[in-house]
Amino acid sequence: MGEKLPKVPGDPDTLSRPMRTLRVKMVLLGSSGVGKSSLALQFCKDEFRRTSPTVGCAYLTQVVHLREVTLRFEIWDTAGEEKYHSVTPLYYRGAHAALLVYDISNRDTFIRAQVWLRELEKQYLSGSTVLWLVGNKGDLEQRRQVSAQEGQSLANDRGLFFTETSALSGDQVEQLLLGVAHRVCECVGAQQGALSEWKETPHVDLCHRNTFNPFASCCKVGP
Amino acid sequence: MSHRDEDVTADSWRQHRKHVFVLSEAGKPIYSRYGSEEALSSTMGVMMALVSFVQSGDNIIRSIYSDGHTVVFLQKGPLVLVCVSSSRQTEKQLRGELLYVYYQIISMLTQASISRIFEHKKNYDLRRLLAGSEKILDGLLNLVDSDPSFLLVAVQCLPLASSLRDNISQILQKAITPNLVFSILIANNQLLTIVQEKTVIEDSRLEPADIHLLLNLIGASSAFQAGEIWTPICLPLFNPDCYFYAYISYLDPPECTVCLLLLSTDKEAFYAVAECKRKIEEAMMAQNSLSLIAKVQSYSVSQVGVSDLRHFMYKPFDVPDTYQQLTQFTSPEMEAPYSSEEEKMRLLDLYRYMHSRIHSTSRPLKLIYHVAERETLLAWVTSKFELYTCFSPLVTKACAITAITKLLRWIKKEEDRLFIRYPPKYSTTPNPSKSSRGGKSDQQDSTDNGFLSLL
Repeated sequence: MGEKLPKVPGDPDTLSRPMRTLRVKMVLLGSSGVGKSSLALQFCKDEFRRTSPTVGCAYLTQVVHLREVTLRFEIWDTAGEEKYHSVTPLYYRGAHAALLVYDISNRDTFIRAQVWLRELEKQYLSGSTVLWLVGNKGDLEQRRQVSAQEGQSLANDRGLFFTETSALSGDQVEQLLLGVAHRVCECVGAQQGALSEWKETPHVDLCHRNTFNPFASCCKVGP
Repeated sequence: MSHRDEDVTADSWRQHRKHVFVLSEAGKPIYSRYGSEEALSSTMGVMMALVSFVQSGDNIIRSIYSDGHTVVFLQKGPLVLVCVSSSRQTEKQLRGELLYVYYQIISMLTQASISRIFEHKKNYDLRRLLAGSEKILDGLLNLVDSDPSFLLVAVQCLPLASSLRDNISQILQKAITPNLVFSILIANNQLLTIVQEKTVIEDSRLEPADIHLLLNLIGASSAFQAGEIWTPICLPLFNPDCYFYAYISYLDPPECTVCLLLLSTDKEAFYAVAECKRKIEEAMMAQNSLSLIAKVQSYSVSQVGVSDLRHFMYKPFDVPDTYQQLTQFTSPEMEAPYSSEEEKMRLLDLYRYMHSRIHSTSRPLKLIYHVAERETLLAWVTSKFELYTCFSPLVTKACAITAITKLLRWIKKEEDRLFIRYPPKYSTTPNPSKSSRGGKSDQQDSTDNGFLSLL
């Protein structure tokens, strides 16, 4: 994982040679209050904010540059509240990566993450989706109820990837997103056409009329 | 200290002006405005006992009057809503407020799923489904107390030069996709413009209460400031049993004052609707609309140019024609002597009193001139409008009448700026036969509005 998340758009590397940009749909699932929205904010804006309970689902994007390819993460940050559970399939359907987030200081959320896992396993064949177990709130070490070993062994048993993060301090957050990016490329990207290419919608830019002039070449025609 | 943590045995808890409780028919607490529901379970049990006792005699308990308090009961399906108020509001007004609370719950869960849940399990704890939404109900009750929109059942739009409003409406009108039903632009929690799907509103109009609930949802939560939101939402007066899918996004982060709300009947339409936002954003950028909106403010009563007039609320009745209008009202900022929260509340209480006299079921009035201790009020209802005015205490009746004539003339002159005169429309359905009221919503799709899977 040598790459860094570029903070400036227009990385010199991308300018010199055209690189493909692939769309990756990633969904965050887990109980309310485990820090899904805070993680999403860290992924996309590199900041920590105390958030209100998510309403429905928040959609955010972040671009990750790997050596071979650029990934445009479309992050679906779902609400953890029970009232939205019946609509959650709408958000996770077709996801290339799913983060199952729990709070290391709250055992109930760890159990709830396993319920989400069972639901996802019903929907997906292994290998088509990168499933990642995330123990968040690593900063609450003193109030820990779920040990790192427990998380790791659950992940080993069920073929998940595992990371403990702190959305508060930002610890392991960047590494997590990069890890997901690599795995998605390896597992999902290997299948032809599994990831669709992302193209910015071209639009007429009235400020730069010179860029497109259908008559420019007319004058040059002739003897 | 949060209201949730309040000590319910303390005197300060008893002294709240208005308590609101929601409980299930089985007597299970669902919501309390102040204090935790657990701590209040016995109190709510007593309330339910009262309801059941009267019910057993084939009667319905409506209200209890005691020294200084009015207790109002409202039963809606499996839910019982109770208000305990020491304000001078009438039972009818308090019941109207409870109805708003009920509608806000419906807007999150739908009426159909609430009935289904309680049919299957009478003692279901609905707090499980309302978790995370307490703030939205708290916010609603604060708005109900402080915003006359709820009393008048009308929407106040942001005053805006009609040319600018029309421009913005046209931008919204052009950014459409199939199944888009309403495009709403909000600035500083006030309605800026609303564009509606033609065929959808042919047989049903968008009620002010539904807009109030949407405005409260957006105002009460900071959740919309992160990214683009895609969420199911029910408009209870439009159709209490179906969900719309709402796309919500602020156009001016990080300030987050201008909010776009696009409602679709298609739950899969996120990308298409998000593309509409992109178009709207681009067009608004090209026309510099955001910076023009940022300059817009509410207006001062001094602009009317009537010396003794301190404040007013004017609600025109729309002409009953095929062009469905949105019920609106206009009102200036509350200025001195009504700058403090207490004084604002006192003026609103006076308006509420005037409103109750005008709308009294036993003896409705057309005109009322009320000399209060520190001001004089005049309320007047005609076939064309409803008007509430507040004057300085020394005004004479003749002066007040002249002032109102001047005020009405001023409103007439300014009406293009104060109201959304002709709510614009668009057509997003190629096949209009499909689009009868609520028909396009996914009522049939039981996976969507059903919470049965949770039981």
